[in-house]
Amino acid sequence: MVSGNKTAEGAVYAIEVPAQPLPAATFADLAQPLFDQLYNFARWLTQDPSEAEDLVQETYAKALRGFSSFQAGTNFRAWMYRILRNSFLNSRTGLGTAVPFDEEEHETAAVDRSTPESVLIAQASRETVQQALSELPLHFREILLLCEVEEMSYQEIAEALAIPQGTVMSRLFRARKALRGLLQQKLPGGRHGM
Amino acid sequence: MACEAWREKLDAYLDGELESADAAELSAHLRGCAACAAEALERMQIRRSVAAAGRRYAASASLRAAITKSIAAKPTKPGGWYWRVVAVPATLLLLVSLAVSWYVEREKARRLRVYSELADLHVAALASATPVDVVSSDRHTVKPWFQGKIPFTFNLPEVQGSEFTLLGGRVTYLAQTPGAHLIYQIRKHEISVFVFQDGATETVGLPSRAAHVLSFNMESWTQDGLRYFVVGDAGAGDIAALSTLLRESG
Repeated sequence: MVSGNKTAEGAVYAIEVPAQPLPAATFADLAQPLFDQLYNFARWLTQDPSEAEDLVQETYAKALRGFSSFQAGTNFRAWMYRILRNSFLNSRTGLGTAVPFDEEEHETAAVDRSTPESVLIAQASRETVQQALSELPLHFREILLLCEVEEMSYQEIAEALAIPQGTVMSRLFRARKALRGLLQQKLPGGRHGM
Repeated sequence: MACEAWREKLDAYLDGELESADAAELSAHLRGCAACAAEALERMQIRRSVAAAGRRYAASASLRAAITKSIAAKPTKPGGWYWRVVAVPATLLLLVSLAVSWYVEREKARRLRVYSELADLHVAALASATPVDVVSSDRHTVKPWFQGKIPFTFNLPEVQGSEFTLLGGRVTYLAQTPGAHLIYQIRKHEISVFVFQDGATETVGLPSRAAHVLSFNMESWTQDGLRYFVVGDAGAGDIAALSTLLRESG
């Protein structure tokens, strides 16, 4: 029940090394399956349907142009997310959402959470969680989406966001804490304890 | 290990990022510690609700179609890059050569226009009742006459002892620029010598060379900021001889 649910994919492929290099996958082969999740992510970033559409189109156009520079063997999905995110940060909407520099490398998780509220938080409705997610600062929202929704590894997240793995861990921790705080506020009569 | 220490590793464990030895130990701890197990369960539940809440938006069919079309079957021709490598410089080369030939043609046309105009001036002067305004074979008379009439001075050669005779001079205009027009004679042939400032628009950059235009022989050069033209129906040898005399005196 309580266990990590990501498989170690790399181990499977490492066993058999093909004698001949596999025929290179085309851009469409790799990029098409990512469409739905990229759109979902774009929409969470932009919070606007037409901007999300533009962003996805820009991402695919840029990726198609830059595909020749994509290093085979590196993570294609992280590469696509990185393009999308950079495009967003360079867009008019994205320019105002700079990621703060002063991230603490580590914080301890030493908070007693066995309070009655935490059970309620865990049962918050889908709408409440969506509301809380959209209220989170961009850099918290995106890292939670990459980790929980896209189920990316820390390594992939680090590539997609262009940050070190250590920062991935500390930022994830702080994002989860911030989300918990927001959910707590949204619970009926749940402002105490803040 | 204390529960505090385990809880610091709990997120990495739940994210599947804890190394297997640590993960096995933590797993064992959770089986024996109700408080940590409850904490782990709660974090799992929040993860799941975020995962569910995060899958929220679906793209329109039209965007899907547009993206599919834009990325599908871009025929990645083998050698596509090669074509580009060749095509880009070739296009540049073509553009450059077009520009060069256009420039050359334009210069040629301009040169011809200048020469034609000079030939006209030469013929018009000779056909006029008064070909020259200052009539003198003496260069010391002709040269001062131009003072105040044209915005520059020039030297004239001593032609005494040569076959050339100075008939006189007049002020002339080439493309609204005033200049000196001198007429020499050799064996019944009249030769015009034009002197302009080299800055005059029409004459800038004209090549210094002999030419044969409209059956006139012609020679042109620049010297000390002045542009000389020698035009006449005399032989090319005579034109060249007079040009040499002028160059040596200039």
